Amino acid sequence: MRTRLLTVLLALITAILVIPGPAATADEQGGESLHGRILHPENRDQGVEGIVITVHDGEDEVGAATTDSDGMWEVGLPGPGTYRVVVDQESVPSEFVLREGIIVDGETEVEVEANDQRPLIVALMSPGQAESEEESASPSEEETEDTPAAGDESIETNVDSGSSFGERVIQLTASGLLFGLVIAVSAIGLSLIFGTTKLINFAHGDLVTFGAMIALLFSTGAAGMGNSLLALFAGLGGAVLIGGFLENRLSRTVLLVAQGVSILLGIVLATVLGVLGDAVGWSVPLWLAAVVAVVMGAVLGGSMERYIWRPLRHRNVAMIQMFIVSIGLALVLRHVVLVLFGAGRERYAGFQLQEMVRIGPVEMPPRDLVVMVVAIVVLVGVACLLQFTRIGKAMRAVSDNRDLAESSGIDVDRVTLYVWGLGGGLAALGGVLYGLNQVVEYEMGFRLLLMMFAAVILGGLGTAYGAMVGGLAVGLVAMLSTLWFPSQLMQAWALALMILMLLIRPQGLLGRRERVG
Amino acid sequence: MDILSILAESTRSAIGPIAAIYALAAIGLNFHFGYTGLLNFGQVGFMLVGAYGVGVSVAVLGLPLLVGFGVGLLCALVMALLLGIPTLRLRADYLAITTIAAAEVLRLVYRAGFAEPLTGGVYGLQNLASDFRSINPFDGGERYGFGALSYSGNNLWVLVVTWTLVLLMVGVSWLLMHSPWGRVIKGIREDEDAVRSLGKNVFAYKMQALVLGGMAGALSGCMLAVYQAAIQPDQFKPQVTFFLWVILLLGGAGRVFGPVLGAMVFWFLMNFTEGLLQGLGSIGLLPFLETTDYGAIQLAFVGLLLVLLIVFRPQGLIGDRKEMLINVK
Amino acid sequence: MSSDDVKDGVGSGVGGDDRMVGAEPVPGSAKSDPILVADGVRRSFGGLTAVDVEHLEVQRGTITALIGPNGAGKSTLFNLLTGFDRVDRGRWTFDGTAINGRSGHRVARAGMVRTFQLTKALTRMTVLDNMLLGAQGQFGERMAGAFLRSVWKGQERENTRRAMELLERFKLVDKRDDMAGSLSGGQRKLLEMARSLMTDPSMIMLDEPMAGVNPALVQSLLGHITSLRDEGKTVLFVEHDMDVIMGISDWIVVLAQGRVIAEGRPSDIRSNQEVIDAYLGAQEETAVAGGSDDD
Repeated sequence: MRTRLLTVLLALITAILVIPGPAATADEQGGESLHGRILHPENRDQGVEGIVITVHDGEDEVGAATTDSDGMWEVGLPGPGTYRVVVDQESVPSEFVLREGIIVDGETEVEVEANDQRPLIVALMSPGQAESEEESASPSEEETEDTPAAGDESIETNVDSGSSFGERVIQLTASGLLFGLVIAVSAIGLSLIFGTTKLINFAHGDLVTFGAMIALLFSTGAAGMGNSLLALFAGLGGAVLIGGFLENRLSRTVLLVAQGVSILLGIVLATVLGVLGDAVGWSVPLWLAAVVAVVMGAVLGGSMERYIWRPLRHRNVAMIQMFIVSIGLALVLRHVVLVLFGAGRERYAGFQLQEMVRIGPVEMPPRDLVVMVVAIVVLVGVACLLQFTRIGKAMRAVSDNRDLAESSGIDVDRVTLYVWGLGGGLAALGGVLYGLNQVVEYEMGFRLLLMMFAAVILGGLGTAYGAMVGGLAVGLVAMLSTLWFPSQLMQAWALALMILMLLIRPQGLLGRRERVG
Repeated sequence: MDILSILAESTRSAIGPIAAIYALAAIGLNFHFGYTGLLNFGQVGFMLVGAYGVGVSVAVLGLPLLVGFGVGLLCALVMALLLGIPTLRLRADYLAITTIAAAEVLRLVYRAGFAEPLTGGVYGLQNLASDFRSINPFDGGERYGFGALSYSGNNLWVLVVTWTLVLLMVGVSWLLMHSPWGRVIKGIREDEDAVRSLGKNVFAYKMQALVLGGMAGALSGCMLAVYQAAIQPDQFKPQVTFFLWVILLLGGAGRVFGPVLGAMVFWFLMNFTEGLLQGLGSIGLLPFLETTDYGAIQLAFVGLLLVLLIVFRPQGLIGDRKEMLINVK
Repeated sequence: MSSDDVKDGVGSGVGGDDRMVGAEPVPGSAKSDPILVADGVRRSFGGLTAVDVEHLEVQRGTITALIGPNGAGKSTLFNLLTGFDRVDRGRWTFDGTAINGRSGHRVARAGMVRTFQLTKALTRMTVLDNMLLGAQGQFGERMAGAFLRSVWKGQERENTRRAMELLERFKLVDKRDDMAGSLSGGQRKLLEMARSLMTDPSMIMLDEPMAGVNPALVQSLLGHITSLRDEGKTVLFVEHDMDVIMGISDWIVVLAQGRVIAEGRPSDIRSNQEVIDAYLGAQEETAVAGGSDDD
């Protein structure tokens, strides 16, 4: 292997030395330039037109540009060096002022390297805008990175900072409960999956994103892509069901063929529907779209278990390596979602501007109320499932002690499949609820994943009830921290709580001491 | 589509400054995971504190660059201690969760509005490299090299210094791992209870490894700051850590040269896929995709590579498969 | 089958029983020269009390066996005494110094080294490296010291010499450059015992040293254990095989439901009705269940 590698490398190096420098010219075509986009401070999807930017080398002006209707500008430069960039303050629309930061008094100095096409951030703000408010338009210099649409990464608290302390406490407690319920719904699966398979599923956050995106897709109009996805998942779901229920009744070959046929049919149907495209367009109300999302989430979870995790477990792949596989899957899932649905930040239509409802001292829009009610109903439902049904008891038994459960005759593989299905469905639902409360975008799940980690560690890894308790605690701590601290730090406080718990009681609130061994 | 020029460009980046910077950080991860078995999913956090150590010292406080490096390394030391004390006594998965969370929290804190006087918030910090360039023996505007392999003077200077640091760290890891200290570290990777029963303070050794690897990560962050001359918090997203994992597993975890080879091959592949996607796109072979999707496809490809490596070649390019198979854990 | 290894304990001049002179065969009895003295050691999991030992002394220079039915708390007691688990309460002294509350590595440094029920060979390291890991006070094991090769080279050479001697004695010298993971189960047990001797302990705690060992190797393992005693080391071991226990032990401690229910010479234990009820009755169940102790 090593010699083969070496030969290939040598051949490659020789080849490159022979080519007379095409690459060098390739990246010199652009030469040096400065560019950027000036955004409307309140509506970050909109640019500001007509702002004049000049670039000076010493006292000489070397170039100038005016922003176009999207706010874009670019100035070509004569070569590498240090330049002085001046933003003409006269040209800035009177309702805005330049935000002081890199730009001071409308000027800044920039170093430009050879072949550097450098972005430069010029930001506007409304004159009265508080300095502490979040800024937008985070730059991304890396060629390999996808440009994030906006930099606002904190979670909205929906609380007016003007009201009195007591009112804010009550209002934030309500928001915290809401946030905590969403975390709890999403995190149950994470905790149960850990309990049954000892796997920390780093892809769980992306199951959340997936659910939110699917609901968005079907509530706003599913044409080609929606139908294709639906067909694909129907095929996958069919295969998982065949695998799960007919395992002991059919021979191995028939089983494999049946699963293969199911998946193949799904793919064929998906292609046909994809080609038909918008001809079969339809959309459903959000609640129905949420149901579709939950079902598809369950199918996704189940098929990950059936076709990835179970084979890996049977190959005795070490736990640490499983973690890495789940990280790989998370990357794949997140970026497939990104390709399919784009990087935009969206909200579910029709639920944005709602009249606030007053319940006692708490004020919230009806959508948040619905989110809370749905979450509570689902949590109670899951608790009943775990407590009273046969499959629920089996899940808890496997979660408690996999070997013992196996030796007492429980079909551990099937229970694990159910756990993944349940976990995937709940994560998708969590995504819809989170999306209703906040915004839908491709990294939302990863951000929620960190909160879910905090929740499950707080409550006790591997216990479903621990995830619920931990979720609520994390939600409340995160929201209430904004009473005293900047809102950008609310996630940091939740994670600090997690670290504190690891120091005091690593097994979590409801965990048992031996688990951390 | 010119396949040769894509190959040439890929090779250029395989030995370029970015590959060297990632190799440095991956050497740190090799200390953590490859030798000691610590699951650090937050290596980017160490890079971030290193980069901002330089950034804040140079751009805000006006201190010399070397002091900035010192500050960056010191920050990494503190961060390793803070992470290690609660988690190193617990099972491996707790460290994994804590590190990934801590790195993300750091990014959020550094980009937050209240930190802006020091960190520049979302805009980051600029003009960090003038000290470094003032001692550049090459001419900054000139191009050096031959054929396809040419770099601007400034980049060549970064490249030389970073690869030198990489070689230095490779030397350090070789010396350490071929000493009784390294033997204890490897023992901990295999079974920490056994090592403890032989009278070794496992916690202290794990902490030393965490600190050492973290410092390598911080050093890589410092060089990143110098190379780019500017840093923004959002370039320290968790996927950087995942790149490092791919690099380590690609090259071979627990091998002295694993991270170095891994970094070179990884950046070769990254640039090759990018060139290929753009090439295919430009001749109309990718009708369903827009150019903005290429980055996402590349990252999905990184994820897939991670999965396939673990499943089919866990020992990486230069690892010993037999040694991997003995592992019964 | 190296029975020539087996040194005859009786033939060494001191009668087996003489080592326990003055000790009464009752639970918690005092010994003339105890190396380990434990008082009120208690550990419970959830509501279940796993270990509750009022008083226990181990005589220096003897082989003491710890027996008891499944779930009697033998391994838990081992873990507690060696600092691998934390007690709820209790204190114990080793060689006159209190070592309760010390973590595992500090107990080992005090001279009380243990092995594990499931052998912990460091599989991806060579046999020789496994051995060298046992040596104490290595300068090169300090991080800064690691760079000063010339300083630790001499020590390393000396440790290697000692390791080779031990490997020779345990018949592993041909395997010194093999990965420990490639050894058979019995060889791993031998390696683990040899490795623990590298720490130069005064007391060795062996957790089921015969479990899963090929019968052909049992004799040689027994020989090694008795020769340890004859060198003046104290051995405390957990075992299931009654023939083994009766054959080599100077003293036997019987544990049931976490308590010491009997102590004595093999002859005392054989005739103790309580032991027969509590242990031998359970022994039959053990035989049905498969016989491993995993408390």
